[in-house]
Amino acid sequence: MATPGRALPQPTPETQFFWDGTKENKLLLQRCGDCSKTYFPPRPFCPVCASKNVSVLQASGKATLYSYVIHHRPVPGFTPPYAIAVVELAEGPRMMTNIVECPQTPEALQLDMKLEVVFEPQNDSITLPLFRPAKG
Amino acid sequence: MPHNTVAVVGAAETTDLGVITNLSQIGLHADAAINAMKDCGLKPKDIDGIACANETPVQLAHYLGITPTWVDGTAVGGCSFMIHVRHAAAAIEAGLAKTILVTHGESGKSRIGNPARSVHPQSLNGQFEQPFGPMGPPSMFTIPVLRYMKTFGVTEEQIAQVCVVQREWAAKNPRATFKTPITTDDVLNSRMIAWPFRLLMCCLVTDGGGALILTSAERAKDFPTKPVYILGTGESVETPMVSQMEDFTTSRAFRVAGPTAFKEAGIKHSDVDHLMIYDAFAHLPIYGLEDLGFLPRGEAAAFIAGRNTAPGGKLPLNTNGGGLSYMHSGMYGMYALQESVRQIRGTAAAQVPGAKVSVCHGVGGMFAASGTIIFSNQAP
Repeated sequence: MATPGRALPQPTPETQFFWDGTKENKLLLQRCGDCSKTYFPPRPFCPVCASKNVSVLQASGKATLYSYVIHHRPVPGFTPPYAIAVVELAEGPRMMTNIVECPQTPEALQLDMKLEVVFEPQNDSITLPLFRPAKG
Repeated sequence: MPHNTVAVVGAAETTDLGVITNLSQIGLHADAAINAMKDCGLKPKDIDGIACANETPVQLAHYLGITPTWVDGTAVGGCSFMIHVRHAAAAIEAGLAKTILVTHGESGKSRIGNPARSVHPQSLNGQFEQPFGPMGPPSMFTIPVLRYMKTFGVTEEQIAQVCVVQREWAAKNPRATFKTPITTDDVLNSRMIAWPFRLLMCCLVTDGGGALILTSAERAKDFPTKPVYILGTGESVETPMVSQMEDFTTSRAFRVAGPTAFKEAGIKHSDVDHLMIYDAFAHLPIYGLEDLGFLPRGEAAAFIAGRNTAPGGKLPLNTNGGGLSYMHSGMYGMYALQESVRQIRGTAAAQVPGAKVSVCHGVGGMFAASGTIIFSNQAP
C-alpha cells in the first residue's frame, strides 16, 4: 500500500511530538495528570478538564478493529479495494488507519480482531502508524 | 425560547433542479431567493436579515440588494440551514430583524462558481485521517456503519430497504431526479463504492438551491401564504473527524439537537405527522429515528424495512424522495426544510393528508453537526 502519492500530514507545533515519535517507531498518546484521561489526537491540554498538566506516554501498540469500509474507488497512493479503518487502542483512544498484511476483504477483516501497530515510513520526515493482525 | 412566535411565510426552490448549466452558484442562490420573495410578495427592500452558508452573507446581501440589520454565516455543512432557521427565529424574537431570508444555492454537479474544497494537511483531519485514503463523504460518513450493524444485528438487505422505500416516495414527485422503482436486489447489485455501501445507498450529486423567508407569527397573518409556524428548534456539533465520534452507533449531535427541539415544541413523538431526516447515505434515517427518540436503539432498520415509513405507513419519512432520490447538491438540509414547509402548507407532491406537525432533522459534515426544526400549521 506504500505507492507514492498518498496525502501526507504536515505537523504543527502541537502535533510535532507525535510525528517525531512515529519516526522512531513509537506511538505516542497524551495523558492528563489531573483527571487521568488518555487522549488522541494531540493537543497541549486535556479535552475533558482543560488542564495543561499533561504528559506524553508511549502506547503499547495493541488495538482492536472498531469499524471500517473497503474503498473501491481510486485514490492517489492506494490500490483499490483497500480498507479505511478505525482502531481502538488498548489505552482507549481510537484512530483512523489502514490494515496491512491482511486481505482487504470482509471475511479477513473481522470487527474486534486483535491488531498491532507497524510503522511505515513515507519520506524523511513522515512515518505513518498502520496496523496488522496481531501475531501471537 | 418561546415557541410558535415565528413563521415561515416564503419558501421556494430554484426554478430547476438537477443539472443546471446556465447559473453559477451565487446565481442559484439568487434564483431561489427571488422565487421565495415572489412566493410571499416581498422585494429586497423588505428583507432586513440574511443567512447563508456556502457564500457569505456579504456576497448575498450585495448581490440581492439587501441592507441587513442581522446576518448569520454559520457554515457547518448540510444542516447549516436548520441552524439558520433557529438563529433567525431567535433574532426575530429579540427584535434584531423583522424579515429574514435564509438562502442556499449550490452548483454541486456542474461546479460553476463553486471551487473544490480540500483538506489542509495541517488540520487535524489532514494529519490524522486524510493520509489513510478517504476520498470525501462516501468513504468517511459510512465508516461507523459496520459497528452499528454488528452491535444490533442489522443486515445489508435492511439498509438497502431504506433506498427502496424512499424511491417509492420519489416516484410520486415530478421534480425528483430518480423516479423509477428499485428493488433490494437492485441496490445490492449496484456498483460497490465503499463496502458495505453501494452506489444506490449514496446520495445524488446535483445542482439547485432553496430559500426561506421568516417573520413574526403576528405579521405572518398579513402574508398571502399559509403560515408555517416554528414550534421548536435544536442544534449541536460533535467532531470534525468521524474517527473521533464518541460512539459509532449513535450521534451525540443528533441526541442534543433533536430532544432540544422536542422539548421546546412541547410535543410527543406521537404528535408527529411527517418527518424528514437528512439522508446523504442510507444509514442516516436509521440513526436519526433512534437518536431523535422515535424508536429504541437498534430497531430503526427493521421499522423501515417493515414499511412503517413508506407511502401508507404510520410515519411518513423523506416524502420528497430524499437525498437518495430527490436531489442532493452537497448541502441538502435546505431541500428537507422545503419539503417540510410544503407538507405543512398542504402543497407537497406526495402530500400526507392532514399533516399538522413536521419534524425536519439535518446533519452536517460526517456526523459533525446537527440541526432540528419542528414546524406546525396550528396558529399560536
